[in-house]
Amino acid sequence: MRAASTTTTTSTSTSSAGAATVAPTEPVTGGLGDSPLRPDGALKVQGRFAFSSDDRVDAMLHGATLRSPHAAARIVRIDIAPALAITGVRAVLTASDVPGTLTYGLIDDDQPVLADGVVRYQGEPVALVAADHPETARRALGSIVVEWEPLPVVADPDDVIAGTARELHPRGNVFRRQDVACGDQELVGEVRVEGTYEIGMQDQAFLGLEAALGIPDPDGAGVELFVATQWLHEDRKQLSACLGLAPERVRLTLSGVGGAFGGREDLSLQVHTALLALHTRRPVRMQYTREESFFGHVHRHPATIWMRHHADRDGTLRRVEARMVFDGGAYASTSHAVLFNAITHAQGPYRCLNATVEGWAVRTNNPPCGAMRGFGVVQACFAHESQMDRLAEACGLDPVEVRLRNAMVTGDRLITGQVVDSVAPVERCIRETVALPMPPDGPGGDAADPRLLPGGVGLTTDAAHVRRGVGFGVSIKNLMYSEGFDDYSTARCRLADGVATLKFATAEVGQGFVTLAQQIARTRLGVSDVVLEPIDTSIDSSGSTSASRQTWMSGGAVDAACRAVRSRLLDAVAQRHSIEVEALEIVGTDVVSADGSLRVPVTEASAGLVIDESAHYRHRPTVEPDAQGQGDSHVAFAFVAHRAVVDVDPELGLVRVVQIATAQDVGVALNPLSVRGQIEGGIAQGLGLAVMEEIVVRDGIIRNPSFTDYLLPTALDAPEVVVSLVEEYEPLAARGQGSRRAAVHIGNTGDRCRDPQRDRAPDRPYAGATPGHLRMTTGPRLHLWEVVVDCAEPAVLAAFYAGLCGCEPHRFDDEWYWIEPASRGGGVADAGGPRIAFQRVPEPKVGKVRLHLDLGTDDLEGAVRRAVSLGAGRLGDPVTDAAGSFVVLADPEGHEFCVVTE
Amino acid sequence: MGWDAGDIVATMSVTSPDSLDAALAALADNPAAHVLAGGTDMMVELNFGRRSPAPVVSVGRIPELRGIDVDRSARFVRLGAAVTFSEFLASEAASQAPALAQAARTVGSLQIRNAGTFGGNLATCSPAGDTLPVLVALSATVELASRDGRRRVPVEEFMVGPKRSALKPGEIVAGVTVPIIDGWQGFATVGTRNAMVIAVCNAALVVDRHDRSVRLAMGSVGPTILRAPEAESVAARMLFGAEPTSARADLLVEFERRASAAVSPIDDQRSTADYRRHAVGVIARRLLDRASREMP
Ligand SMILES: Cc1cc2nc3c(=O)[nH]c(=O)nc-3n(C[C@H](O)[C@H](O)[C@H](O)COP(=O)(O)OP(=O)(O)OC[C@H]3O[C@@H](n4cnc5c(N)ncnc54)[C@H](O)[C@@H]3O)c2cc1C
Repeated sequence: MRAASTTTTTSTSTSSAGAATVAPTEPVTGGLGDSPLRPDGALKVQGRFAFSSDDRVDAMLHGATLRSPHAAARIVRIDIAPALAITGVRAVLTASDVPGTLTYGLIDDDQPVLADGVVRYQGEPVALVAADHPETARRALGSIVVEWEPLPVVADPDDVIAGTARELHPRGNVFRRQDVACGDQELVGEVRVEGTYEIGMQDQAFLGLEAALGIPDPDGAGVELFVATQWLHEDRKQLSACLGLAPERVRLTLSGVGGAFGGREDLSLQVHTALLALHTRRPVRMQYTREESFFGHVHRHPATIWMRHHADRDGTLRRVEARMVFDGGAYASTSHAVLFNAITHAQGPYRCLNATVEGWAVRTNNPPCGAMRGFGVVQACFAHESQMDRLAEACGLDPVEVRLRNAMVTGDRLITGQVVDSVAPVERCIRETVALPMPPDGPGGDAADPRLLPGGVGLTTDAAHVRRGVGFGVSIKNLMYSEGFDDYSTARCRLADGVATLKFATAEVGQGFVTLAQQIARTRLGVSDVVLEPIDTSIDSSGSTSASRQTWMSGGAVDAACRAVRSRLLDAVAQRHSIEVEALEIVGTDVVSADGSLRVPVTEASAGLVIDESAHYRHRPTVEPDAQGQGDSHVAFAFVAHRAVVDVDPELGLVRVVQIATAQDVGVALNPLSVRGQIEGGIAQGLGLAVMEEIVVRDGIIRNPSFTDYLLPTALDAPEVVVSLVEEYEPLAARGQGSRRAAVHIGNTGDRCRDPQRDRAPDRPYAGATPGHLRMTTGPRLHLWEVVVDCAEPAVLAAFYAGLCGCEPHRFDDEWYWIEPASRGGGVADAGGPRIAFQRVPEPKVGKVRLHLDLGTDDLEGAVRRAVSLGAGRLGDPVTDAAGSFVVLADPEGHEFCVVTE
Repeated sequence: MGWDAGDIVATMSVTSPDSLDAALAALADNPAAHVLAGGTDMMVELNFGRRSPAPVVSVGRIPELRGIDVDRSARFVRLGAAVTFSEFLASEAASQAPALAQAARTVGSLQIRNAGTFGGNLATCSPAGDTLPVLVALSATVELASRDGRRRVPVEEFMVGPKRSALKPGEIVAGVTVPIIDGWQGFATVGTRNAMVIAVCNAALVVDRHDRSVRLAMGSVGPTILRAPEAESVAARMLFGAEPTSARADLLVEFERRASAAVSPIDDQRSTADYRRHAVGVIARRLLDRASREMP
């Protein structure tokens, strides 16, 4: 693996070589291996997190999309005049208003920004409206007259393969036809099992609906977009092409993302929002409803997979045959890559030297499909694991035994000819899964609680009708982008006065990268304060938040930038103390020399310095496969085993999943809590696909575009999850610095990202966690950030005011505490209200305060009683004036404040 | 944060009368107005644009519609139309109509049960409405009121088709009267998910010891709630006849067969006609099985 390369260097160093003070080493908290809490966690649970749909600016317009009701039709005529005639409608756009490329796409740009004469799926965007009010926009959509000429709907991929379907697109009906062939193509095993498996279309069902806010530049030749997405720079590339603008005139900032799972990899409303903003020269906000969201993003490919496994009588796998047909829907999206993942994972995590795999990804008039968590491997896994069960049965083996017998190990060759040279703890995953505790005997426990039976409180079943089953599934999944893609990530680290600041464009979609980045900086630099700059396109790309790649790639970039900063810090210390730099290292929060003679806290060592470094990180190169699917096309792999305990009502086909036990090859769990969170979330989503989630499509029409009938697992459907983390260090680590392989599922999280520059306008922890209203301003933005109370005992005062206001006191250090009380309108500090901070000062209070706090309440006497019980002094009786009533009190340090009626 | 109300719907006028007469007058004056109770059906319709934001008469504050009365001597429970499922479940009426309580318990989530009402479930008249088969099996009576007077209609006659009821313009559901049964009653539903799911099919079984009758009502398997007289007679024979215990298993199977034969389900995105026909028979049989084992 290639070492990360450091590319930029700027520094201004000054002054103050402090004398070395030897102090005991403080361990870093919140570093790698810890589980600091994620900054968005509490906000999301409390409903206070600002999703992109919460972004607002003054005087913005509301965009809306007219969509095709037909799965296939010609547009004979569009009349937008009635819409334009409606008061409050500011723009109505059709395909002819697209200034740049008329189409876009991640791999093949075959998808129209707006339908140009023909629609190929139900819900395809046809026209856009911007209006003063969302309801006006909606009415305007209804007044646009479209004359349709319906076309025959191609809904069956087999018609495409058979060549009987009409041509759906000038670029053809087949997205990809790819085989994988290796070894003996004629081999016939002693035992053969075969089956055909169908996987339904799954929705990502992220809770944060698609939303964007576009703000045009004053000259109308550029646009700024706040959007929830997975890859800012790819969005920018496609956007600028469609808008006919230079990439630098299209600036994107990540807004609060409420889940992604692949569904935000393709553009949805980005171009539309920007087009409307540029046309109207006004800020434009767009947001999909839940129903529209089903039409607005790509889904997991439905697939039909036939497989035949050949084995020796003892269960040893000899050859896999497979035919995989993926229905890509109307446009290409990532079908090309999804199919490749599926066919190259046909063997599963098992040794198998001979394979014959035929893969098809085809175009139909069904909803477009693309990336979704698992990316093709899920479909393959369902098929190969069902086959392993059949094989076990045919050979008279236990399902676990047949899997163990064939488990892949490091050094084995995949059916693509690629050698698995990374850790492959398949056997260990299986054995650890089997060893995890089983749930108590069932079914239904003692059956007193109907919620423990299939059907729950619907009282569908009695315990006597239920059978308990146990199933196993093992899988292999590639990490990162494949097939020769030049993938990299970028990060920048600045260290000044003991505070590290990180900048990257890595989309935080809930996986926890922002926390992980801080953990890396804390461990590498021995600092506790790590500030995260907004996630935007003002720095080079970090690549996509997908393919299990960000912990490794952007983690690698942050790590490389931090290491570069560290080495310059050590240089400076070495110079200052005339010590060999090789003798220095950072231990805990100190710079120490090997012989122990020097020990300087990092805060002190970095005082007066500004060290600024950027880094790009790349993984090892991969190649495009040949016609037989051969080549080192994947970067690395992760493995997992699952055991499912399921109570089944066979007569009705209803189930309750009682427990999932899993051992997962996570590399090194950099944030164990976050890894577990990702595992549990992945299991819930997998369970959904297995037992209830499916977009039902008939003749190209979605029958259930709402959560009424697209069923997601509820808390009662979610099983107990028991997890074992299999942590085996990457043997490749020796090949290059920084090639630490991290969890497939590492999310992470963080918190404690505070603004160290207390006197500055907001320096947000990170854009994604920053609720608040975006405002258009020119020049510096200033707003009330916090009110600082000088005092003798910050801890005491913070506790007092927190108790009074019903919030939590936060400690930065002994000298500095703060609280985030609810503010006018019920918001909290980071939702726009100021916080109150308490800082220790040596001088005492003199005279009456000249600036005081008014705390609003609807229960004046109750509030006064609470204040007194918390240690306040009452300084007078209620006074009523024109504005309401108030009582003057003194806090425990004698600062006057008032409780007022609102 | 979140939605501004103005983002979703245009302004609509809402009156919130505090007496039944005032509500009936408001409806009579404004024939286009919608009655609003908990809004758990209506807001969904509005959000999907299936209903225009017309004037609304909210009935949630009308005392006459909020009462829960249990009359043990006359042997009935009366629920005001605006009584929520949660209110009913917390009241002593729940123990007097246990199958209705089982059905109410399956409606949506706690939030939906806190808002959704019996009147709304009746007026929506969905074939999948969870309280409806129970009300039919219990031979409940719906009270309807308009400015012109009141009338009482058996639930079976109130439902005239899928999402179609006997409500006339200007009329509202005032309440529903449910007999207290001496015997056994139970409810069961089938859904693809273990909570918060629209019924693929559901059924209620009531065994009335008083007149030695059995009533089976099934939902989501036809345009309205369906009874199965032929199955009911088999059940009555099994429970009240002189059949030997050895015949029990055969009678259960026969009951299931006749229940399945009595329905006319459709294919839709939730399920297929074949599965519904099969599943409703299975839960009907299980209900009868429970009755035969649990009946005092
Ligand atoms: C998430 C969710 C889950 C649900 N789950 C279930 C479920 O499991 N089972 C189930 O049966 N239902 C379910 N429902 C549907 C709904 O909650 C019920 O039908 C409920 O009983 C409706 O009552 P409401 O008071 O909210 O009616 P509203 O929405 O207020 O009104 C519904 C209709 O009835 C009319 N109406 C209301 N009250 C009266 C009255 N007194 N007189 C005349 N007309 C009236 C209204 O005009 C409207 O047409 C669910 C709904 C949601 C949103």
